Amino acid sequence: MDIPFNVKERPDTGLYNGKLGIWFFLASEVMLFGGLFSAYIFLRTGVDNWPAGTDYLDVPLATLNTLFLISSSVTMVMSWASLKLNDFKKYKLYTLITLLFAFGFLVIKYFEYSAKFAHNPPYLPSTNNFLGIYFTMTGLHVLHIIGGILVIGYFYGPGSTMWDSEPERFTNRIEIVGLYWHFVDLVWIFLFPVLYLL
Amino acid sequence: MSEEHHPQSFWSKYIWSTDHKVIGIQYGITSLLWLLVGFALMAIMRYQLAYPGSPVPIVGSLLGEGGILPSEMYNSLGAMHGTIMIFLGVVPLAFGAFGNYLVPLQIGAIDMAFPKLNAASYWTYFLGSVIMVSGFFVPGGAANSGWTSYPPLANTATMGQTVWLLGMIMLITSSLLGSVNILVTVIQLRADGMTWMKLPIFVWTQFITAFLLLLAFPPLEAAGVLQLMDRLINTSFFMPSGLVVSGEVLQNAGGGSPLLWQHLFWFLAHPEVYVLILPAFGIVSEVIANNTRKPIKGYKSLVYAMIFLGFMSFIVWAHHMYLTGMGTTIGAFFQTTTMIISIPSVVILTALLLSLWGGSIRFNTPMLFALGFLPMFGIGGLTGLPLGLAAADIHLHDTYYVIGHFHYVVAPGTIFALFAGIYYWFPKLTGKRTNETLGKLHFFSSFICMNGVFMPMFVTGLAGVSRRLWDGGESYAHAAGVFQLNEVMSVSAWLLGVAQLFFIVNMVISLRSKKTSEVNPWNATTIDWTDTTSPPLGHGNFDKVPTVYNGPYEYSVPGSKQDFLPQSQKG
Amino acid sequence: MTPEEVKHHIKTYVLVFVALMFLTVVTVAISYIDLGVKGGIALGLFVASIKASLVACYFMHLIDEKTTIYWTLIATAISFLILIFLPVGAFLAQARIY
Repeated sequence: MDIPFNVKERPDTGLYNGKLGIWFFLASEVMLFGGLFSAYIFLRTGVDNWPAGTDYLDVPLATLNTLFLISSSVTMVMSWASLKLNDFKKYKLYTLITLLFAFGFLVIKYFEYSAKFAHNPPYLPSTNNFLGIYFTMTGLHVLHIIGGILVIGYFYGPGSTMWDSEPERFTNRIEIVGLYWHFVDLVWIFLFPVLYLL
Repeated sequence: MSEEHHPQSFWSKYIWSTDHKVIGIQYGITSLLWLLVGFALMAIMRYQLAYPGSPVPIVGSLLGEGGILPSEMYNSLGAMHGTIMIFLGVVPLAFGAFGNYLVPLQIGAIDMAFPKLNAASYWTYFLGSVIMVSGFFVPGGAANSGWTSYPPLANTATMGQTVWLLGMIMLITSSLLGSVNILVTVIQLRADGMTWMKLPIFVWTQFITAFLLLLAFPPLEAAGVLQLMDRLINTSFFMPSGLVVSGEVLQNAGGGSPLLWQHLFWFLAHPEVYVLILPAFGIVSEVIANNTRKPIKGYKSLVYAMIFLGFMSFIVWAHHMYLTGMGTTIGAFFQTTTMIISIPSVVILTALLLSLWGGSIRFNTPMLFALGFLPMFGIGGLTGLPLGLAAADIHLHDTYYVIGHFHYVVAPGTIFALFAGIYYWFPKLTGKRTNETLGKLHFFSSFICMNGVFMPMFVTGLAGVSRRLWDGGESYAHAAGVFQLNEVMSVSAWLLGVAQLFFIVNMVISLRSKKTSEVNPWNATTIDWTDTTSPPLGHGNFDKVPTVYNGPYEYSVPGSKQDFLPQSQKG
Repeated sequence: MTPEEVKHHIKTYVLVFVALMFLTVVTVAISYIDLGVKGGIALGLFVASIKASLVACYFMHLIDEKTTIYWTLIATAISFLILIFLPVGAFLAQARIY
């Protein structure tokens, strides 16, 4: 029982089902992070003495993280483009590099967080609202990175066998995963200046 | 086309099924059971309201010392009644059950766009509902800070509140998965010829509802996470500085804002009420068109009004917050948008009422419930107007007037529409007919009792009786003149419960009956009726996927042989 | 998409990547300029929006899509802006007793 437009695009919308589905999901994610951005603005407006990002946060490390994520976005789209050009080996290579950049992001985040907890007195979410919203927003973002790593890793490994049986459907899946991954990059593009630089 | 004709086990056919019809029925049965639970909670509360401090019969031993309902538990019952009715009952029934079952059938699709995601959304809902209700069994009892869960009260409440938050997060996730599915299905899987302006109104309402759920729910999920953090790791997102609880200053960083929660909560909760009413509009439209043998009056107006309603629903929310100290400018803004949003509601109600004019009306059970919906929704909507006007709301906010208003819209409003839908589509789901006598008894008794419960609330509310008072206002002098109405409302509520037996018995005997129904007993035009068997085929719904030629309500077309022209029949 | 079209797109991806790297450096650099709080926020968000648009239009292929996605995103953007501006606007417009 085959559901139409799962692989081939529907002519009037120009979309296959999964692509439309992921865009709707991303719309809901915009509102999820939007809720947290709104909370940040509300809490900051309410007080006179909101700390500067540099009081607590490490800008050079975060800049490096930004470069990692942007690079991973490029390699992610390149891995999809490789599949479009029928080059499975290049797909594997670009996907691996994407995963490495993503892990790099996590490693730096680990150092950032542990430095805060190790501080004397420890910098915790409960210490003040700046740290509270910082940990919440970056924490939710980290969860999204981990989710992305799991899915990309699956399609690098066991999931990649679909390339042999249904290459077009597999390529679509990589495009969908890519859209999710670019969104995660997008969120960081806003998180970085808002939390670290303002 | 790959056909799977291998025999399925009981588990894969009925439990882990990815068939939208099975999932729709799963949502339906689960939500109807939760509606019963929510009703039972209210029935207990209403004993306390009528006879404050008296031992509650039958269930008294479960409640407290001497069988009397303690005030904290009254608060739990209140908070959980609201939460269960809205999030475990009405929305899963209106959107999860009706939406999943009917949308693919009405647009000519063989299933939803993402069947596995559909199953996931049901099981997430099921798990979330179990978590939510398990709050009754944790130390301190279930959440008792209102369905609105306002801080600082909710932040400092017992463990049940944490359980409530975890349950909400799962329910919101389920809802998001369902919304994505409906949106993609309606856009991508319409059959040939099913253009946007040929869609049944029912499908339009499900589509717009899905958009509201998709965009409005996530901020509440964010807020829920923040409240969980406030409760569990002592953050201060919603906690102001220097708060004193039970004589002790709270040890937290402070600097937070209870108002922030209110904004994030109502950003969802206002669109949520349109989520509650839109599917009802859809069902009532189908039933009215079918039982007047006439097209719905103003199809385009209805569609545009509902789209406008959906959009406006995002910018009215602070009318729930008029009394939080907001300035006159911002109050005027929200008052204006609130007044404007009443316009599409009036357009919709008018279109439905005008659709009756000159019709050949059949007064069967679904039609009775659909007709009953119209004035009841009218009363609910009209009583919203003084609440939407900031000056009048100063007197009416947090009184029984509010409770009367929203219950009129949801109870003899949406729930009547849902009953209309159940009676109308029962032959499609089961291949059998319901008993008309029991159906009519169900309708008339429910209609009378609903008004008996909720009409007096406007009186007590205007007198100034506050909501969420466990003694129903007995200890306040201003309530003395109207206190006896509590007993009237409570007795009406218990009789309303008894009246539902007509429905339950009807369902049981109809399901067990050996008599089968014709395929299209209502002589309907939409392709769920004209092109599928009753019940529809297991795999793929259609013997042959139909092509659509006509609009959805081509009844009584001049010059044609029958009084209805199916959508899939060439002109 | 034909292989030639994909190759053309790859050129675009590389250009966008370079632009994003450059704009990241710009983002950090302008944070050292003292423009006051409001100016800093405006400029920072402006640069971030340019970066976001590049990712959305080229990496996420938005610039090639038909209207369905656009309408979804417009509706989302409007809801997002409402969520960002109205609550704090209501807060700032609070009644004050002097």
